[in-house]
Amino acid sequence: MIEIRGLVKQFPGAAHPAVDHLTLSVSEGEVCVLIGPSGCGKTTTMRMINRMVEPDAGSIMVAGRDVMQTDPVSLRRSIGYVIQQVGLFPHWSIADNIATVPKLLGWDAARIATRVDELLDLIGMEPATFRSRFPRELSGGQKQRVGVARALAADPPVMLMDEPFGAIDPITRARLQDEFLRILRGLKKTIVFVTHDIDEALKMGDRIAILRDGALVQYATPEAILARPANPFVESFVGTDRALKRLALIRADGALESLGAAVPVHAIGARANLRDALALMFEIDIDTLAVTGPDGAVLGAITLAGIRAHTRSVDGTNR
Amino acid sequence: MLLVEAWQFIVAHPGRFFDALATHVALSAAALGLAIAIALPVGVLLADTRRAALVAITAANIGRTLPSLAVLALVMPVLGTGFVPSLFALTLLALPPILINTVTALQQVDADMVDAARGMGMTRAQIMRKVELPVAMPVIFAGIRTAAVQVVSGAVLAAYIGGGGLGDFITSGIAMMALPQLLVGAIPATLLAIGADRLFGHLQKILTPAGMRPR
Repeated sequence: MIEIRGLVKQFPGAAHPAVDHLTLSVSEGEVCVLIGPSGCGKTTTMRMINRMVEPDAGSIMVAGRDVMQTDPVSLRRSIGYVIQQVGLFPHWSIADNIATVPKLLGWDAARIATRVDELLDLIGMEPATFRSRFPRELSGGQKQRVGVARALAADPPVMLMDEPFGAIDPITRARLQDEFLRILRGLKKTIVFVTHDIDEALKMGDRIAILRDGALVQYATPEAILARPANPFVESFVGTDRALKRLALIRADGALESLGAAVPVHAIGARANLRDALALMFEIDIDTLAVTGPDGAVLGAITLAGIRAHTRSVDGTNR
Repeated sequence: MLLVEAWQFIVAHPGRFFDALATHVALSAAALGLAIAIALPVGVLLADTRRAALVAITAANIGRTLPSLAVLALVMPVLGTGFVPSLFALTLLALPPILINTVTALQQVDADMVDAARGMGMTRAQIMRKVELPVAMPVIFAGIRTAAVQVVSGAVLAAYIGGGGLGDFITSGIAMMALPQLLVGAIPATLLAIGADRLFGHLQKILTPAGMRPR
């Protein structure tokens, strides 16, 4: 869906190129997270995809079109764009903000109104309540939700997101991440997602591109990055708690064992991850948990020994 | 007592009074209109470049410190006397506040908001028209309000270079030591200035987009 080849960007006056011969491809429907220390070129790379920054060399193809051969204005209208500071228009109602791109594309009023309500429903904001409110009446989390809805408005196949949850408190951030993953499940969007938070990258990304000094250091699935960091830089960037981070990527129902003679007293939901299961085991000092489905039925059990085995398994097939 | 005599003067010379009042209003309105027509587009153009904006603001600030009377006096040797030179001088007087407020208001528009607008595919002109100008409007209008009051007050001085208006009564009142006649010029001119301030204050409120009005 997105093919980046030999991309170079040198800002005037900078000692080193911000992006240095970067090659990267993102498959349709995947979330590609760009991550790295500040100044690694992740945001610059993202901004070259919709020509907010013009590359010095290299090529970018989006859905088979060379972006450098596409008019920047129509290119940007076909790509969703979300930034950390949201940038809602204070003089427009929430409905008008969400309708920004459809209006630019000349949709008729009825179609726009339907789409706005649909999106407000999608982001869990009651249309009748929020449609005619103004941005200053919203909380930070609500603003960011509207920012995502605005980017989704014209149903673009590709979305660019620059630290969309970076300015939000940790609790709301976790909720927004979950919500966003839920929204994405039904939409099949190709997403380039910039963050500096490795936990966010592991949680949101289908693939993670780790950048350093404008170059790609490793590009792999979260499991593979945790299991086989390409070099000491990635290893230190990912952190020393890699084993725990890997557990966080595995759902309880992905580590099921058959029940023994007795059903364990304590249970955990099938969608909880193994890190949380482990925490619960330590908390109540047990080594077996029942795993229950959404209807409360016991699906099986997970054991401390089983979890330990998962920290050692190398491949990423559990996801 | 003086007020009664001033009133009697108006009743005795209604033609002269209303002519002067009309000239005063016409002169002020024309000068303000011209100043808006010049300063607004120039401000929009200059706001894009930091250096040009700085030069413009510095120049406008110098212009702002010139006494109104000095501006009129400087115009006279070049353009002579009458309505047009007065109009020219008053327009000059109204330019700085509008220009300064337009440039600073546009420069203060949140950069992230403009980035979002550009990233969603607005053209430069659409960003200016749909985002930057509406958001900057309250501050721009504050500049227009200041200019309006300055022009209405400054128009009194037009009498010195033959521009007419309510200043005629004041200058002749001073020359003849006729206090009631002086008040015939001074009081309506003051009320006009206060009225202009109130009117533009009201317009400023109406033109501030609903989502940005103080609560």
